[in-house]
Amino acid sequence: MNWQLILDSVGPIALGALTGTIPLTLASFALGLLIAIGMALMRISGSAVLSGIARVYISIIRGTPMLVQLFVIFYGMPQIGIILDPWPSAIIALSLNVGGYAAEIIRAAILSIPKGQWEAGAMIGMSRGQTLVRIVLPQAARVSVPPLSNTFISLVKDTSLTSVILVTELFRIAQRIAAPSGEFLTVYLVAAAVYWVICFVLALGQDSIERRLDRYAV
Amino acid sequence: MPSEIAPPPSDLGSGLLLRARGLHKSFGDNHVLRGVDLDIAPGSVHALIGPSGSGKTTVLRSLNGLESPEAGTLEIGELAIDFSSSRTRAERAALHRASAMVFQQHQLFPHLSVLGNVTIGPLRVQRRSRDEVMTDALALLERVGLREKADAFPSSLSGGQQQRVGIVRALALAPSMLLFDEPTSSLDPELVGEVLAVMTELAQEGWTMAVVTHELGFAREVADQVSFFDEGVVVERGAPERVFGDPQKERTKRFLQRLRGPFGH
Repeated sequence: MNWQLILDSVGPIALGALTGTIPLTLASFALGLLIAIGMALMRISGSAVLSGIARVYISIIRGTPMLVQLFVIFYGMPQIGIILDPWPSAIIALSLNVGGYAAEIIRAAILSIPKGQWEAGAMIGMSRGQTLVRIVLPQAARVSVPPLSNTFISLVKDTSLTSVILVTELFRIAQRIAAPSGEFLTVYLVAAAVYWVICFVLALGQDSIERRLDRYAV
Repeated sequence: MPSEIAPPPSDLGSGLLLRARGLHKSFGDNHVLRGVDLDIAPGSVHALIGPSGSGKTTVLRSLNGLESPEAGTLEIGELAIDFSSSRTRAERAALHRASAMVFQQHQLFPHLSVLGNVTIGPLRVQRRSRDEVMTDALALLERVGLREKADAFPSSLSGGQQQRVGIVRALALAPSMLLFDEPTSSLDPELVGEVLAVMTELAQEGWTMAVVTHELGFAREVADQVSFFDEGVVVERGAPERVFGDPQKERTKRFLQRLRGPFGH
């Protein structure tokens, strides 16, 4: 073990997490969640067309590798005149992915709320939209926290794929440090450790969110 | 108790608050309502009794617009609905507004406090002033003995308390009548009394109520009119002394016999 190299590399790699991995994760997750809610609502809308569009979208996202999606967007699109920088390309690919996976989680969570809750909303005079926003989604949020946490933690790790389209995030910085030094094992273990710390903190966050939302559960 | 919410004085000019005629409703092949009429006078309590599957709950739900009969007419207060044509959004809203329902499984909102459950309709739908809504809500909770539970979540309450909150949620909407869908059927026997006591008080106060119930004692003591349902029609109706004491139809007699049980009291 080269202790000096560990000390020298952990700073830049952690900085890569702060300026690359974490903002990339947050932006993609927020956008992805909006896409997912939209897709989930289209799936349960009762309209064959909307539901069909959402099905096809989810099928394509889940049925193709993220690495291929990144290549199509970053290296493929310029051929039809769409030239995007690494960051926008990465955020588009990652949020489309989150959208595809989280859509089914949110759909299942909405469907798990008893029909009687919709009826109680209608009875007090709410429209379906109001009932969705004020009654059903808050309860569905509680149900979907554990599976969405998994999606979020996977996303943190998936951001490492964007190093291949030249996004300067944690793993790309590790590669830059490793190559000239030849100390691949040491540097990549440092990178792995930083990913693990991020995910560990996220898991703690998940626990505390669940406890907060649990105050009304039996 | 100085609550602003009191039973409204209102009728159709014909001495009725509610008049339903010829309600028909099918679920698939199952023709659950086969021409139901219902008249309810303002300030009166109407009990809907009968075996399960007889259509009484479907009628009650239709009165609030939670079911849409395929045919028939309904008048509640100023509102007149013809079920054979489809309803506009405004008509649906007016139908929900005309009455308020207490559900069998309370259907309180589990993510809101007791106070949140009671005030969400008046605040978010009716857009009444916050001060007024809070004053009314706390006064209503006080009346049913749950003032100190205002900040509790429904899951921490007993079944009887949950159902009393359900009643307060309905009252807070200031409806022209109250609908009760088997409000005590899901409760442990020792909790039934506290809910029936609140309902009895509301009846004495002059609220117009339609109550689907298996509590024949309550129907006999509190109701002004009883309709006995079987197979989607009202088989027999009248004052409770008459329907219970001297039933005219064979089906009514059999039903009452069964409910009284083999030990006949």
